[in-house]
Formats: sequence, C-alpha cells, structure tokens
Amino acid sequence: MNSIPATAATTLDVTWPDLALVAMLVLVAIGLSRWQRLGLERGFFVGALRAVVQLVAVGYVLVYLFQATRWWLVLLALAVMLVAATSTATRRRRGQTTGAGERRALWGIGGTAMLVSSGLTLAYVTQVVLHVRPWYDPRYLIPLFGMIVGNAMNGAALAAERMASEMESRRGEVEAYLALGATPARAAAEPVRRALVAALIPSVNGLMTVGLVQLPGMMTGQILAGQSPLLAVRYQVVVAFMLAGATAMTAVMVVLWYRRTFFTAAAQLAARVPV
Amino acid sequence: MSWDGGASPLFSLRGVTQERGGAVILRDLTLDLPRTAITALVGPSGAGKTSLLRLLNRLDDPTAGQVAFDGQPITAYPVGALRRRVGFVFQTPAMFPGTVAANLRTAAELGHVAASPDAPAIERVLSAVELSADYAAREAGRLSGGEQQRVSLARALMTGPDVLLLDEPTSALDPEVAERLLATIARLTRERGVAVVMVTHRLSEARETSTYTVMLEGGRLVEAGPTERLFTAPASGRTRAYLATAD
Repeated sequence: MNSIPATAATTLDVTWPDLALVAMLVLVAIGLSRWQRLGLERGFFVGALRAVVQLVAVGYVLVYLFQATRWWLVLLALAVMLVAATSTATRRRRGQTTGAGERRALWGIGGTAMLVSSGLTLAYVTQVVLHVRPWYDPRYLIPLFGMIVGNAMNGAALAAERMASEMESRRGEVEAYLALGATPARAAAEPVRRALVAALIPSVNGLMTVGLVQLPGMMTGQILAGQSPLLAVRYQVVVAFMLAGATAMTAVMVVLWYRRTFFTAAAQLAARVPV
Repeated sequence: MSWDGGASPLFSLRGVTQERGGAVILRDLTLDLPRTAITALVGPSGAGKTSLLRLLNRLDDPTAGQVAFDGQPITAYPVGALRRRVGFVFQTPAMFPGTVAANLRTAAELGHVAASPDAPAIERVLSAVELSADYAAREAGRLSGGEQQRVSLARALMTGPDVLLLDEPTSALDPEVAERLLATIARLTRERGVAVVMVTHRLSEARETSTYTVMLEGGRLVEAGPTERLFTAPASGRTRAYLATAD
C-alpha cells in the first residue's frame, strides 16, 4: 500500500501486504476453476506458491551476485542457466520416440550449440554494442543471457523436433536420393530446410509484431522503472535483434550437427533404435 | 562393364549374415548372382529378399560376411560411384519435389552427368520407360502409382547404371499395369544392356521375365539356378512346396 504519488523517476514500491492483496486474483482464478469444474484449483495453488518461492530465491541469488560482482560467480550463474536450458530443450516430450542414447546425443549437440551461439551473442552485445563495464557486470549479463538462452532453447527444441519428424516422414525420399549416389547433405536438404524454417518462423513473427501485440517484458519493466520509453525502445531493438541472431545460429548448428546422426559413414540411413 | 561377358559373377556373397534389432534376417548366405539379364529373388515373406537386395548397392551393410560386385569387394568402391552404377528402385516410389523433368534433372545432377539434360534428352528417357513427352511438365507427386514407378525407373536410368535393383516394383500395381511395366523392364535389359536383380512375390513374374532365380526362405538360400530349370525341375523339396503355392 503506497499512497505517496510517484514522480516520473521513481517506481511504486510493492510491499509484502501488497502481494497478499494481489494473491486475491489467484483466488479468483481458483474460484472460477471450481465453479466451472476445471480441476485446476490445485494447479493454481501449487503454481502460485512455486512462483513466489522460485522468484524470491532467484531474487536473493541476484542480490548476492550483484553485491559480490565476482567474474567467476557471474560465469557460474551463466553456466547454470545454460545447463537448465539444455535440459529443458532436450527433455523427453510426450509421444516422442527418441531413445535415451539419442537424447544424450541431443544434449551434447544442443548444449554445445547454445554455448557457442549464446556465448558469442552475449559477448558481442555486451562488449561491442553496449560497452558494459566491468565486462562481467551481472546487471546486464544475467538478464540478457537469460533472454538469449531462453530463445535459443526454444529454437533448438523446435529445430531438433522438426528435423526428427521430417527425417521420419521423408525417409523414402531421403533414401531415394541416397540410392542415386547423393551425399547425406544433399539427401537431407529438404528436411534440413523445413526444420530450420520451423525453428525460425517464431523469430520472424516476433520481429514483425514486437510492440504491436504486447510490450515486451523488459521494455515494460524499464518503463515501469521510470525510464524514458525511447531508451526502453532502443534497448528493445537490441534485444529483438540479438534474439533473432542467436536463435538462427543455434538452430543452424543444431540441425546440421543433428543431421549427421541420421546417417552412417557409408551414406546409409542409420538404424534408429527407440527405447 | 557388360553383364554377358567377364569372368567374375555380377555379385558374389560370402558368408553374409544380416541382423536387425536382434533378429537374424539373413543367415550365412553364400551365393553368386551370374551376369544375366534378369535375376529374380523369390521366397515367402520374411525370406530376406529385400534385405539381400539392399546389400547390393550398400543401402545397408551386412553384420558379417562379404559382398563383391564385378570382382571387387563392394566396400572398395566409393559409395556414391557404386550407387550410380547399381541403381535401386523402391517398392513404394518416392518422388522428389517438382515436375517429372525436375526429378530427372536432379537424378542427372546426382549422377554427375556432364550437362543438365535438355528437353530431347528428357523425352528420350521418358520414352524408354514408355511415358509420353507431355509427362515432363507434370507434377511428379500427383501421378498414379504405376506412373510414379516409371518415373523412378527413368530417374535410376539417368545415372547410366550397369545394374538396376528392383524391389517388388509391381506389388502396388494392377496386374495389367504390372505386366506392362515388366515388359518395359525386359526391353531395357535388351536395349540398354542393363542387368536387373528383382525381388518379387509373384512367381508368375519370376517365371515369365527372369533368366535366373534365387529362392530364399527364413534368411537362408534354398536353391538358385536358371529360371527354366528351377521351375521345371526344382532340386529342393522346399522349392517344390513353395512353387505349389503359386499365385
């Protein structure tokens, strides 16, 4: 509760009692779920609790990182984010037939691709574009890396999933190319193209609609924090372009590398053994 | 290479075993395929006919044993070059995107044919598989099964192969369409000197078109010999029993 009118440069405080008040809205959702017999009451309750606990924990970690400002602590945090993103991107999905060995291979492929593409993008944006000093300033590196890795993760997952399904549904076509003496790269050209388009369409759509459908989270945050919308917009351009580049690099690396696992050294379709 | 001359067999298999997913598909197979016009691989389902055919242009490699082509171990050829000399036509035709002409040009490009085929060259190949010239501009994916199988055959011919491996090329076709396709295949072997190794489950097909027949059962060789002899005087009781089930 805060009755003091805020000036343009300060943000309204959110106190713990304020959070209790906003929790009323979750109770409304729970009530509506019960009324319509959706069976989602428990999900809302547990989800709301988890959201609070996770965010508070992250908040404390960030406070610690911001105070400590040790370069190795920042890199450690980035590594944890990368591992979490890789695990999410390669997690077994319902109805998927990839075996354990294949998921391990995908873990290596996805993790390396995200490390290289997200690392390069983060270095370019923070050092060449924004001139962050000190170079490891966690206020910039951690949120920017979070956005990069989150998008790269979605791109990697979409690309790998689509590649696997295209190679499955176009098996006959791919083998017909091989039977005519085509290299695996030539034989898989169409699955590769389709997997990349599927992985990159969200990036293109994101660029097309940014600012129209909704204000991106970071921009909203900056505006709420009292910054000039024009500065917030310039930051958002940095973010949008950075995400497009990182996602494209990740998807291309994942698909071209993943492609190799579908073939033997003698240009044969490799046996896929589902677990 | 000419298939009616030369000392070595066209293909020779020595102790070939093929396993897939723990199941034995071919068991210790030793066999020569002679240089003849059309060799038929026959036998009940699960005999390993298709698995054997796939070894002959290295779509698969055997778990154990050796395969030789034209007197040389099959692994001694660069795999792309081998597949240009030994073409494969699948049971279910898979068309490439685009028109029939685009399919044929892709095949020529993969076959390292010096110049991209012009309209008359496309027309010649289409006429070899008995499709009229106006097929060139048609969308390959929209053709009927029999027409697609002819396009597959034309595509395989674009790389100038010495041998064509055909995996039940007529199984999805009406008997009448199948018979015409087989007549085309027989004519190609005569006119182009292409040797054919063909998997079939129709015994009448093997009997009428092939010059040499290999009978497989349960991944084992039962009997092989000139078609005429195998059908009139089979040496094995199992061949006799299988022939008695004739379609």
